[in-house]
Amino acid sequence: MTTAIERTLRRATGELDSTTRPDISDAASAAGLIDVAYATHESPLGELLLAATPRGLVRLAYIDSGPEATIEELARVLSPRVLRVPDKLDRVRRELEQYFAGSRDQFDVQLDWTLTRGFGRRVLQATARIPYGSVSTYAQVAAAAGSPRGSRAAGNALGANPLPIIVPCHRVLRSGGALGGYTGGLDRKRTLLAVESPQRPLV
Amino acid sequence: MELPPFQALLDEHGAHVHRFLIATVGRLEADDCYQETWLAALRGYRRLKEDSNLRGWLFTIAHRKAIDHLRARARRPVPMAETSEPPSSGAYASGAALDGQAEIWSRVRALPPKQRTALAMRYVADASYAEISTAMGTSEEAARRNVHEGLNRLRKEWQP
Repeated sequence: MTTAIERTLRRATGELDSTTRPDISDAASAAGLIDVAYATHESPLGELLLAATPRGLVRLAYIDSGPEATIEELARVLSPRVLRVPDKLDRVRRELEQYFAGSRDQFDVQLDWTLTRGFGRRVLQATARIPYGSVSTYAQVAAAAGSPRGSRAAGNALGANPLPIIVPCHRVLRSGGALGGYTGGLDRKRTLLAVESPQRPLV
Repeated sequence: MELPPFQALLDEHGAHVHRFLIATVGRLEADDCYQETWLAALRGYRRLKEDSNLRGWLFTIAHRKAIDHLRARARRPVPMAETSEPPSSGAYASGAALDGQAEIWSRVRALPPKQRTALAMRYVADASYAEISTAMGTSEEAARRNVHEGLNRLRKEWQP
């Protein structure tokens, strides 16, 4: 049974409203309590999710169907202490803007490779060394990672790249020059290659 | 079930926790209490069992932080005006005094701490008696009694 006073209490909770709530991220960060900080970022390739640990940028994801799945994955795989802290991603966001504007040819942010392992990590680290504006092949990055016949495995590792754009898996093509695959879809791969080399005719 | 990203907790329960703290410690101290509550929650989060009642756990922490603030206030040589002043003045009353049912929550704040906390959990956060008893470390029966005694007292004192 609900009494008049109970109804009044419920109706009057607006008395307790506040236009602002404190932002806990500064204090949480100062106390070292944030394991994963994330932000979303609007780019020419659509909305991106960016996430960093204290060690560096750990994830960049295309989030066509919203950020939730990726954020949950980070909580599961890295730590549930995941908070939205846009400030922590300011630097990489600025670098991405410069990159898409054509005024930056390499990223200077620290990377955290935690989400990669073994051969996959070696493939991605070899990929990270392909210079801006040039391309390589699956066979070449497999060889650089220590497995000359591992081009299929290299393709899988690149498909699972946790840091696309920053670790430029879009610069890896098939041996004949065909585009191959791309995590975010081939249109994005074409766009990225075009950003880096406006004159190159694309397959 | 795995622990959700902490941000999801903050998004889902932040407003309720803040209102709860405004109801229990008042507007002036609610922000500090809120910050302390969430930092303590972050500190303990990784050790939390996956099947915990997250809302109950958060309100347990918020309740403790509120109690700490109320105790600290009681120890201060000059009590904060907010608890003793009539509800039509003080930092709290400004906007709420203008509408018809203003100030019932400032009456709640003048109740004994247990009744105040129980009422705030029940009517701000829609908590069950079980959740209230968990947060306050009492039996469910005591939680029920705190709510009812609080309601009775309000009924006697409060005229719209």
